[in-house]
Amino acid sequence: MTTSNLLVYLIALPLISSALLLILGRKADKWGHLLATLVSGSAFVIGVLEFFAMRSRSGDARPATQHIFTWMSVGSFQVDASLLLDQLSIAFVLLITGVGTLIHIYSIAYMSHDRDRRRFFAYLNLFIAAMLLLVLGDSYLNLYVGWEGVGLASYLLIGFWNQKPAYATAAKKAFVANRVGDVGLSLAIMIAFAQFGTVSFAGVKEHAHHASPAALTAIGAMLLLAAAGKSAQFPLQSWLGDAMAGPTPVSALIHAATMVTAGVYLITRSNFIFDASATAQLLVVIVGAITLLFGAIVGTAKDDIKKALAASTMSQIGYMILATGLGPIGYAFAIMHLITHGFFKAGMFLGAGSVMHGMDDEVNMRRFGGLARFMPITTVTFGLGYLAIIGVPPFAGFYSKDKIIETAFNAGGLKGILLGGAALLGAAITAFYMTRVVVLTFAGSKRWDDKAHPHESPALMWIPMAILAVGSVTSGFLLASGNAMVNWLQPIVDPHHHEHGEEFLKPIVVSTMAIVVVVLGVLAAIVKYRTVPVEAPTEVSVFTKAARKDLYQDSFNEAVLMRPGQKLTSGLLFTDKSIVDGAVKAVGFSLQTIAGWIRNLQNGFIRTYALVMLIGLLALIATVWVVTL
Amino acid sequence: MSILTTLELLPLVGVLALALSPKADALLAKRIALGFSLLVAAVSAVMASQFKLSASGFQFVESRSWIPNFGINYAVGIDGISLVLILLTTILVPIVILAGWNESEGGRWSTKTFYILILISEAMMIGVFAATDVFLFYVIFEAMLIPVYFLIGGYGRGERAAAALKFLLYSLLGGLLMLAALIGTYIISTNQIGGTFDLTKLSTMQIDAPTQNWLFLGFFIAFAIKAPLWPFHTWLPSAAKAATPGTSILLLGVMDKVGTYGMIRFCMTLFPDATKTFTPVIITLAVISILYGAFLAIGQKDINGLIAFTSISHFGVITLGIFAMTTQGLTGATFYMVNHGFSTAALFMTAGWMVARRKSSQIDDFGGLQRVTPILAWSFFIAGLSALALPGLSSFISEFLVLAGTFTRYPIAAIFATLGIILAALYVLIAVQKSLHGEVKPGNESLTDLILREKIALAPVIALIILLGFYPKPVLDVINPTTGVVMQHAGVVDPAVKVGK
Amino acid sequence: MDISNYLYLSAILFTIGAVGVVVRRNAIVVFMCVELMLNATNLAFVTFSRIHGNLDGQVASFFTMVVAACEVVIGLAIIVTIYRSRRSASIDDASLLKR
Repeated sequence: MTTSNLLVYLIALPLISSALLLILGRKADKWGHLLATLVSGSAFVIGVLEFFAMRSRSGDARPATQHIFTWMSVGSFQVDASLLLDQLSIAFVLLITGVGTLIHIYSIAYMSHDRDRRRFFAYLNLFIAAMLLLVLGDSYLNLYVGWEGVGLASYLLIGFWNQKPAYATAAKKAFVANRVGDVGLSLAIMIAFAQFGTVSFAGVKEHAHHASPAALTAIGAMLLLAAAGKSAQFPLQSWLGDAMAGPTPVSALIHAATMVTAGVYLITRSNFIFDASATAQLLVVIVGAITLLFGAIVGTAKDDIKKALAASTMSQIGYMILATGLGPIGYAFAIMHLITHGFFKAGMFLGAGSVMHGMDDEVNMRRFGGLARFMPITTVTFGLGYLAIIGVPPFAGFYSKDKIIETAFNAGGLKGILLGGAALLGAAITAFYMTRVVVLTFAGSKRWDDKAHPHESPALMWIPMAILAVGSVTSGFLLASGNAMVNWLQPIVDPHHHEHGEEFLKPIVVSTMAIVVVVLGVLAAIVKYRTVPVEAPTEVSVFTKAARKDLYQDSFNEAVLMRPGQKLTSGLLFTDKSIVDGAVKAVGFSLQTIAGWIRNLQNGFIRTYALVMLIGLLALIATVWVVTL
Repeated sequence: MSILTTLELLPLVGVLALALSPKADALLAKRIALGFSLLVAAVSAVMASQFKLSASGFQFVESRSWIPNFGINYAVGIDGISLVLILLTTILVPIVILAGWNESEGGRWSTKTFYILILISEAMMIGVFAATDVFLFYVIFEAMLIPVYFLIGGYGRGERAAAALKFLLYSLLGGLLMLAALIGTYIISTNQIGGTFDLTKLSTMQIDAPTQNWLFLGFFIAFAIKAPLWPFHTWLPSAAKAATPGTSILLLGVMDKVGTYGMIRFCMTLFPDATKTFTPVIITLAVISILYGAFLAIGQKDINGLIAFTSISHFGVITLGIFAMTTQGLTGATFYMVNHGFSTAALFMTAGWMVARRKSSQIDDFGGLQRVTPILAWSFFIAGLSALALPGLSSFISEFLVLAGTFTRYPIAAIFATLGIILAALYVLIAVQKSLHGEVKPGNESLTDLILREKIALAPVIALIILLGFYPKPVLDVINPTTGVVMQHAGVVDPAVKVGK
Repeated sequence: MDISNYLYLSAILFTIGAVGVVVRRNAIVVFMCVELMLNATNLAFVTFSRIHGNLDGQVASFFTMVVAACEVVIGLAIIVTIYRSRRSASIDDASLLKR
């Protein structure tokens, strides 16, 4: 372990900048975006410096820590505000600050016409700070702060244009779905505390193998729930599509490259829990496999370019989650795919933003077509991202995704065949829906009306896109050559040097299979979308209908959670008013009634009083007489 | 005369000054009240600086004979728990006065009377947390109702008279039960240690189980009504809807804490065995409170009703933490009392300003405030985030400590209570969406944003919410030793960790 | 003559007085009936004094007479005042306490 005093600035700089921009308000309108971009860039520089410093160290000295202060100390519960930068977190730091800075630059132009651009950059900086805290925290509770912090930033950014009710609802939906995941994270932390008496990664790791299988499975399942919420995995996936309400740079940064991959980080970080519990691992691969197919299927039917990309994100993260459930070797491939995905998906989202920028914020792909002539740079950068995601060699996705498919097949037995098959099928569908997006948007004939004047975006926008496109081309090769990523992460995710079992399928076989299905998917899409009607056809198969409706995820949630919840609420409102408060009122009412009866005696007639006195007197005498008898 | 007694009497000196001031000069009355409340805050800061963290037991102790025939003394002293609650009081009162500068208008009586009532309340709130004589505690506990009764009934809105009466009668019922239990305790003390109401002496008694159970119930129901715990909560929403924002802050932010404070100070200390007997029931009620309050908060149409029900939910969390009887639970619960004070204050303040501007407390009447009054909207949003216990804000730390502390002993209860955080997100965000987001609704176009006075009142609260979220150590260090003493006296230890250390 | 007859007479007078108080409406008559009850008790006191052979009853009857005199002074004054203001001596009209 090494100590580093720079780590805190990674978080503090964007946090302070964000607070400054929010507090100063309109006074900072002129220079707010510049400060935010500068701060994000400085964080990237710090990250690069730390990366080279880490590379120059070796072995156990590589991870760096910084103890800032004691956060909570209550009895045996001790949590420090400490940061940990190891081989895993540096990868995230570089991704977050690198892609983050590019997107800051892009947004300067993209948001230039928005009167609240400064506020947008304040939120972006807040997100960077929270996300860095998420990956740098050295305990689950520190991570939790970042975890909810990115949730808050995501809420604010999805609802950036919250004057539109649908957008405000989308923001709320995202936050609430994430909160369901947060229950999982809270419970995981509580179980860890009850079991191990500590919530730091190091402490839990040290004791994890002593814990009972049931406890480990419980922690694993709860962490998976948390990951499902944040990473839009089944069954908490429904918020991601609606989250596209946010400005497009947000979709690129938060809902494609970084925040939604936090679930992958969480599971990878907790590898010592999952490696010790086969049940938890099984749950992870099931969730991953379901989601990668779910997202892919939904992606085939979306006409909104951003929603199609969102479905694709869900599916690609499904691949990563699947990989994290495949044991020590899987983590490295998951992170590798996470990084390559960060490049190509962010690039494609920015490309989509560029298209929208040129098309007056139109998102319906059926109203695009033939845009390649008008936006050559966007087309090229988007196209490179496209080649990367479908896994054409030697683009990035080829290296990372094929490794996941291969590892899935090698999981052994029926499980391996099922998982590998699902991953392979997913690859075919990915090729299909991504080709569809490209064909509908850039190829074919124009389908927009004459009001639109498609044009290429300014340099501030296409330069980040170009850089990300370069990443989409090269990152896979760089990370895979000489097993660089696997070796880099090995001390974190595979400290015991697991020997990998017999290979079920040779890499070359898997690659061949993958390329074949990809080609099939591409051809299918090209054939199917030679002509595209401007209005979406209504006479379609049940499968298309289901996919358009996101496989009825919202209807399911509404029927199973929302409506019963509303019924329960109104039922409880009634109960509170009529039964709980009713009982209180009943006491008051009965006292009033009794008092009413007694009051009738007080009629104001002296004769009545005299009679009552007389009767009382007689009663008294009678009593005395009876008693003394 | 100890600094503690000075602190109690200082607001009463303010009352005297107010009483001598001319009735017509409302501004003078406000200034006197603000001046004295700031002075009290300063003195309480001095007291806090002299508080010794290492010492166990009560500090700044003072005892004077009051009614010697019954062993009743004017006895005061504070430990960590009382100190943080007194500080909460003395910080909130000037903020309440500043935030609700004009809320005495439209009342039945003069502005002067309003501030007299506020300062009397402050003196009593300090006294009730400082009392170490059970009889003294009881007297202040009951007497505290009177100024609040007049504050609600005389200066509130809507059905203020009915709400004030409901509050008074409900609280008096609890007080009556407590009086009965108090007399019972005294009689037992005459047999065992010679009649006394001294808390420390009483806590050494050995009481047989059935008697202890009855006496415990007497105290507990009084505190459960005060806190309020489900199903004794129905007075709170009507009081919160009728009261002025400032009164609501004092009532929910501070006075209701006397209930949860009493559970720790009296129920657990005097009747440790009965506490253990009733713990399962109380834990259940607390969990019901958390979920029930949250569900009803979701269904509220009135913004003050919403805040009231969130408080019922949060009081459930506090009660859960107390009766989980772990270090984390108890410390978390005590810290939550403070944080809830600040977070409720922020909520009532901002909601109060919204209501005062819009002249309606229906959530549906608002809409689009973020475009019209951005600073007010942000303030309400941050207060809401504090209510949903966002990590990084102080209420998160206390909520998490309570849940983690409960989980080590009662995992099922903790799991159900944790579900409350989803509901918390719902009730806050639904209200935020309806009132702040969307198109600007008719009637909201010309609302004015916060003025300087309001910003000054709100800033310290928000600052504390954020500051204590990042660095809670100063407060936790004060609470921790006292928690240890309470745990030790109740004879409980934290459950051991399964594996590891 | 048996001395207990005086007691019967006293009881009869008291009962007549009591019934009169309860059933009559004219304030003067009610007032007279109260006097009748007081005098019935006086008769009983005196009779008992004779039976027991001591003076206690006689003393008590003097007290009663003094009380009766005071009562006449105040009671008549009240009745007259009420009559002046309401032009009626009916006691049912004077039921102001109810409201």
